[in-house]
Amino acid sequence: MSEPTRIRAQAGADKATVRMLMTHEMESGQRKDASGKVIPAWFIREVSVQLNGKPVMTAQWGPAVSKNPFLQFTIKGAKAGDKLTVSWVDNRGDRRSDEATIA
Amino acid sequence: MPSRRDLLGHSARIATLLAAAGLLPERARAQGSSYPSAAFEAKTMADVMKALGAGAPTESKDVTITAPDIAENGAVVPVGASTGLAGVRRILILVEKNPAMLSAMFNVTDAVEPSFSTRVKMDQSSNVYAVAMMSDGRVLFAHKEVRVTLGGCAG
Repeated sequence: MSEPTRIRAQAGADKATVRMLMTHEMESGQRKDASGKVIPAWFIREVSVQLNGKPVMTAQWGPAVSKNPFLQFTIKGAKAGDKLTVSWVDNRGDRRSDEATIA
Repeated sequence: MPSRRDLLGHSARIATLLAAAGLLPERARAQGSSYPSAAFEAKTMADVMKALGAGAPTESKDVTITAPDIAENGAVVPVGASTGLAGVRRILILVEKNPAMLSAMFNVTDAVEPSFSTRVKMDQSSNVYAVAMMSDGRVLFAHKEVRVTLGGCAG
């Protein structure tokens, strides 16, 4: 089972800065194991963020995003107390969704 | 009357034909998602743009790329892409000399600023690109060379 995404969202004057760390191996599909076999790619393909239930951004990633992905962006018009939902799906179909409140 | 079995087999064959001809929408091909697999497998900027149905990118001072001059660890290279322009549809981060060029694609709505920071893996020293795809069809980019001391893909 996957670990929760760590989300920090801080409200500014008329926007909120969101930083998050997802927990995922993000295996590139380029590496080989000790016996020389390629380790299959395993990575988060899609990320979506909702503010109070309304989608504000989505992202599609390839295996070149680093292990335990970091993401930072800014939501306009968000204020303290707003609810943030961060979801991801990986290329094996595993998914996870986490919530945080903007501080 | 054709049986239900016949009909099912028939539609499956047609779907296969359509898929082979590239006629099925991206959504249907990627198992119910809009993941643009072809773009993430492309080896050149031109192929990435073709896979996304975009035109040739032009260099622009309005797009900003943030990346270190030298990355000691290619497995974790902080990269930021942003633009001050309005009407952005997507922001892309690409690494020229990676096995596949496109690393990340962010779909922008009016609710977020067209500015994203993340961390990517880099196989070797390379140009890193920030691309802004505008809603009017323009494709703008900025690039920066990042020297990598230790590669992050095969290591």
